[in-house]
Amino acid sequence: MDVREILGPKEQFIQGDTSCVYGALLAGCRYFAGYPITPATEIAEGMARLLPLIGGTYIQMEDEIASMGAIIGASWTGKKAMTATSGPGFSLMQENLGYAIMTETPCVVVDVQRGGPSTGQPTRSSQGDVMQARFGSHGDYEIIALSPSSVQETLELTFRAFNLTEKYRVPVILLMDESIGHMREKITIPKRITIANRDMVDIDIEEYKPFRTGYLHATKIPEFAQFGSGYKTFISGLTHNAEGFPVTDDWRVHRDLVLRLSKKITDNIDDIYEVDSKFMEYAEVAVIAYGISARPALAAVKMARALEKEVGYVNLKTIWPFNYDRIADISKQVEKIIVVEMNMGRIHHYIKEAAEGRCDVELVNALGGMVPAPRDILELIK
Amino acid sequence: MIATREIRDKYLRHGMMPTILCAGCGNGIVLNAALRAIDSLKKDINKMVFVSGIGCSSRLNGYIKADGIHATHGRAIAFATGVKTSEPELDVVVFTGDGDCAGIGGNHFIHGIRRNIDLTVIAINNYIYGMTGGQTSPTTPPASITTTTPYGSFEHSFDLAELAKTAGASYVARWTIAHPLQLQKAIKKGLENKGFSFIEILSPCPTSYWRINRVRDFEKIYAWYKENTINIKKAELYPEKIKIGEFQNIQKEEWTDQWKKLIERVKK
Repeated sequence: MDVREILGPKEQFIQGDTSCVYGALLAGCRYFAGYPITPATEIAEGMARLLPLIGGTYIQMEDEIASMGAIIGASWTGKKAMTATSGPGFSLMQENLGYAIMTETPCVVVDVQRGGPSTGQPTRSSQGDVMQARFGSHGDYEIIALSPSSVQETLELTFRAFNLTEKYRVPVILLMDESIGHMREKITIPKRITIANRDMVDIDIEEYKPFRTGYLHATKIPEFAQFGSGYKTFISGLTHNAEGFPVTDDWRVHRDLVLRLSKKITDNIDDIYEVDSKFMEYAEVAVIAYGISARPALAAVKMARALEKEVGYVNLKTIWPFNYDRIADISKQVEKIIVVEMNMGRIHHYIKEAAEGRCDVELVNALGGMVPAPRDILELIK
Repeated sequence: MIATREIRDKYLRHGMMPTILCAGCGNGIVLNAALRAIDSLKKDINKMVFVSGIGCSSRLNGYIKADGIHATHGRAIAFATGVKTSEPELDVVVFTGDGDCAGIGGNHFIHGIRRNIDLTVIAINNYIYGMTGGQTSPTTPPASITTTTPYGSFEHSFDLAELAKTAGASYVARWTIAHPLQLQKAIKKGLENKGFSFIEILSPCPTSYWRINRVRDFEKIYAWYKENTINIKKAELYPEKIKIGEFQNIQKEEWTDQWKKLIERVKK
């Protein structure tokens, strides 16, 4: 059966978690491995229900370590693969997430954030994992993380996450939060969608080196040969050369590999980075937020504008890589930046760094599952 | 019988030589047996994937000219599950060791068995964490000296073949590197079995286990594996010896077959 047929009417009133499932299936996801965890369980449930109807594969693994391992294995047979979890499970995934980065395995990891550290508040919302998404695995690397602020945006960004992971061959993290995951809103399934697929290798088997770049395009991203295609691809988490063979005692091989893995992201930041800006043209104050926090941020901006304040709104749909230049530009224009987030001020710190003292950078945050209130933001705008 | 030279040219990656293995290591015998088993079944190597974790035994798939995953420590069966469940047409073989399989990977091991996924798991048991220099592992025999049990180990050890059998693996066998032909036959049976196959091989780590336990002559080590093991059929007569042979060979519904049936059922 066709995916659209399975998903049903074009307009629906559904949860963020279900919207994530829809976005993934529309993007071509046909493999899901996961482990139940609040507040991400509904994603696994949706996948278990829908994947067999379109010939895909769903498997519930014994833990999140295995879930991450299974989607990497599935990705190498050419499938678009995904897993979904929350903070504690995301911690367990960090080991194999690093493996996916090192082996350039396309895959999407959804983290529906809840309060932490540790088991924390399973049913409460948080944005406490933004740094875990960036630095959770060991070693030097760059990663892509997107954060939706509505149920509709969840569908669109899940879709985009797949396109980016296919294009850049790096795991893409979808940082949802409990509020977005469990909130019900109306969605419209877009009529036309553009699907990106990884570049498949098309040269003589004898000449193919799995981690040599530039066969098709002058990029830092190697072309892909799926398992079973005869290319005899060997992948390892060890530092490897273009052939994929472990080379652990040559500093140049390691340096070149780490630089390429990072630069394939940072060189393309303009393609990856996406923000939703409103009223920024004459803004004297900018309110920057992401995820659920972008909702009270926009409400406060609208309230302030009704009071004739020149306030703009920036929703960071892409959290990582962090775009210092874009934030620096904002800091040159405005007198004050207000950062709204549900943690101790993780992105606030980055924005302060990018602003380099050119403007005030203030934080409105909330902990414990409370979403920041528009009036608290409004107070700082005044 | 196919010559070793032919096996080498047909299946091994020359660019990966020399191997990392020490003199007297049993891993080469296991690799040889596995490749001969594959060759005797006339398997299409392009439709095989070799998955491993971390450790000396887990380096074996790197030497095979085929698709392969050298995964993270203990996770080989999880990665292999992803490969097999997403593309059931591929034959998936796992190389692992006692620490990788039963220590850090114990949970993936028992759950792979529970699902009866069609994997052939070749576990080389050398009683030790060899790559890191000889620390005690879940299979270290009591009273052994290792670098982390300098006064002798006292923990009870796992019997991997019994563990696999009890967990419900559809094919289970244990041999030693002193039984290469039987080993080859067991791997062949494992590859033919549609379900989770577990082949344990007792194999020496002369560098990190036997040297520190004061057996430094490879002939003596080799003899130890012959003298201290007994075929499972005669095991009752020699209860003190380690059982070798075929522990289990049963038919059981396999995961990817069941998933295929489920898809057919729900699509209607």
